[in-house]
Amino acid sequence: MDSVKRAFDSDLAWSFRHSPVAILSATVALLLILAAVCAPLIAPYNPFDPASLNLMNGFSRPMEPNAFTGDSFLLGTDDQGRDVLSTILYGMRISLFVGFAAVVFAMIIGVVAGLVAAYAGGRVDAIIMRIADVQLTFPSILVAMLIFGIAKGFTPVHLRDQMAIWVLIISIGLSDWVQFARVVRGAALVEKSKEYVEAAILIGRGPIAIIFRHILPNVLSPVLVIATISLALAIIAEATLSFLGVGAPPTRPSLGTLIRIGQGYLFSGEWWILLFPSLTLLLLALSVNLLGDWLRDALNPKLGD
Amino acid sequence: MIRKVTIAAQAALLASTGLVSAETLNWARAGDSLTLDPHAQNEGPTHALAHQIYEPLLIRDMTGQMVPALATEWGPNADDPNVWTFKLREGVTYHDGAAFDSEDVLFSLERAQSEDSDMKELLNSIKEVRAPDASTIEIETDGPNPILANNLTNLFIMDKGWAEANDVVKVQDFEGGEETFASRNANGTGPYKLTSRAPDSLTELEAFDGYWGKGEFPLEITKIKYTPIKNAATRVAALLSGEVDFIQDVPVQDLGRVDADENLKVIKAPQNRVIFFGLNLGDDDLTTDDVEGANPFADKRVRQAMNMAINREAIMKVVMRDQSIPAGVAMPPFVNGWTEALDTIPSNDIEAAKALVAEAGYGDGFTVTLHCPNDRYINDEAICQAAVGMMAQIGITVNLDAKPKAQHFPQINNLETDFYMLGWGVPTYDSEYIFNFLVHTKTENRGSWNGTRYSNPDIDAKIVSLASETDLAKRDATIAEIWAAVQDEILYLPIHHQVLNWGMSNKVETVVDPEDVPKFKYFTLN
Repeated sequence: MDSVKRAFDSDLAWSFRHSPVAILSATVALLLILAAVCAPLIAPYNPFDPASLNLMNGFSRPMEPNAFTGDSFLLGTDDQGRDVLSTILYGMRISLFVGFAAVVFAMIIGVVAGLVAAYAGGRVDAIIMRIADVQLTFPSILVAMLIFGIAKGFTPVHLRDQMAIWVLIISIGLSDWVQFARVVRGAALVEKSKEYVEAAILIGRGPIAIIFRHILPNVLSPVLVIATISLALAIIAEATLSFLGVGAPPTRPSLGTLIRIGQGYLFSGEWWILLFPSLTLLLLALSVNLLGDWLRDALNPKLGD
Repeated sequence: MIRKVTIAAQAALLASTGLVSAETLNWARAGDSLTLDPHAQNEGPTHALAHQIYEPLLIRDMTGQMVPALATEWGPNADDPNVWTFKLREGVTYHDGAAFDSEDVLFSLERAQSEDSDMKELLNSIKEVRAPDASTIEIETDGPNPILANNLTNLFIMDKGWAEANDVVKVQDFEGGEETFASRNANGTGPYKLTSRAPDSLTELEAFDGYWGKGEFPLEITKIKYTPIKNAATRVAALLSGEVDFIQDVPVQDLGRVDADENLKVIKAPQNRVIFFGLNLGDDDLTTDDVEGANPFADKRVRQAMNMAINREAIMKVVMRDQSIPAGVAMPPFVNGWTEALDTIPSNDIEAAKALVAEAGYGDGFTVTLHCPNDRYINDEAICQAAVGMMAQIGITVNLDAKPKAQHFPQINNLETDFYMLGWGVPTYDSEYIFNFLVHTKTENRGSWNGTRYSNPDIDAKIVSLASETDLAKRDATIAEIWAAVQDEILYLPIHHQVLNWGMSNKVETVVDPEDVPKFKYFTLN
């Protein structure tokens, strides 16, 4: 088992070393993630602390002293006087946290649903997969908005700001589990008919043990690929929801919120509020997506040359 | 050859029909009218649409002067100042062809005083309305009411027969979420008739052929397409691209861009409106705060501190880009009762404010929710966000809940908010209007927009006395007394008076209406 794993690892490692795109995107993604994690250490201000804001600093141009206060900001400030650089760093934390948590959430639901459907078969399979089919007919951002709206209605008003992030995670996660379920079900159906599963049944192992101890490890590699690509999609979904004004609260802006604020000032020439968060979002989503593409190619021998 | 003939034929046809070209005006603003029921919501954009379709007895023209509409003459009787006589215009018909007469006025005034009406406060001095004949109306008031006519400029007249036939005699219960035939359809005597309406997306109006004012008003616009565009950038893009011809709220950051465009212009005027925050100071406990068993807003020191924490100067400079006048009183300068002394802006002293909060026993701060509209006033959400920061400086953590006005306003009416933003325009140009809606205890026919839960019987009695005080000097003295009390209590936290910026294509000619109500019959086209 160990040697197999090592060989697998080194295969992947070899492929990684020989893919400049993978190296570059991994570097960019890691740097961005690191910057987000260390935001409180490296950000010059804490934009989530409303008491520290000075409205008079609003709309400062990048690297130019503000007309009223004389303060200077590397990437300028937004309409509320928040330092754009700090807000990007803090906002990226929200984007990444929501992205990771939503993907983990979707993965758990999707993998369990897919495994159960494949192993149980029959009516259970039919019900789970029909639910998945129905959900697939709606665009996932619409599903996320719907769930977000319902969940917001159930949250007491004074808890909404604190709960908004969790509601976002649940709504994006719930809109995204179907892909996991379908892929896992397909792979698990193949595994189920293999001899080692029949052997396990013969020696009297229970269905739960068989699903999670025997089948699950063998269907993980497609899950890994989908998870990486889903991460990029979840980050964009969060930004989209916040851009539409239904995601992160305005007092705790994420990248999408900043872009929403920024687009209101495009005609008036205050370009920096929109440009820098958009570039960050682009870099983040692109690097994670390219990483996912590479992983898919590397794990799928049929696509190799 | 054939083509030439058809062109000639078309030209002949055009000439014979007198070249009646349809002049369509594409009109946009941030929010839509809340309802077509003319008595259900006393709200600016709602009245603005209604003014095209329905008419009151008298209106204010685009400069604020009271001029005849459905009444041609009016005034208190010489022998009995308690009775006003209105001579009604003859030969007026509704859009559906029915004739207008005094029965309709009786019906509409009664309807506007009924339970779900939002116009009751304007009519509460009325004792009885009589119709001696088909073209005369007599209104008897509790005592002489010198400003009765001022109260009628937004009181639209409906056809009694139409209301009865369509089961809309009762006013729509807007706060209760009711929809009626009258909230989606309209039949007025106004210059434009409704041809289609999709709330929050498109409302189409067409010039009414049988309008009584033909020849009297320019009426150059023959079709109106009204589209609410909430997003400021989209709205200004629509104007820049020529998709719309007229927007009522050019975003302050885009004034320069619009003005610089050679096909567009911006005209501006201070609006007869004040923007302020209201606080629930009357309840024993707040539902949206984290203080158990007490209401921090009930303590005057907290309100005083919050009033001092608002940096009006910064809001004017940064959020409004100088398109506002900081306010110290919840009353626009247009209004009878306004004085410079009342409108003095409280000093923005954070240290003193903090000390006051600590003195009140909230030195460790508390949390509360601020409710805010995001499609009603100029930069409403940005102002609320700025307030979050300003309140944080004195230890008050504010959760911001910004949403469309159609959901925000019912929360104020239904007393479901503890801290809210509201703007108040004063169509009567008199303080009594403000007191009746915002200061008087919330009762059946007064105080409907008073979300503060403030109740003071002495003040209430003074407010009621205003309607029948004919000695204007004495009346003004009472108004001053009430304002002194309101200011002393810090009933509201005033923010500013807005400056209106109307943006339009060069082909449109108009002046800015101080109530922000364009009356398109006065518009001319180049």
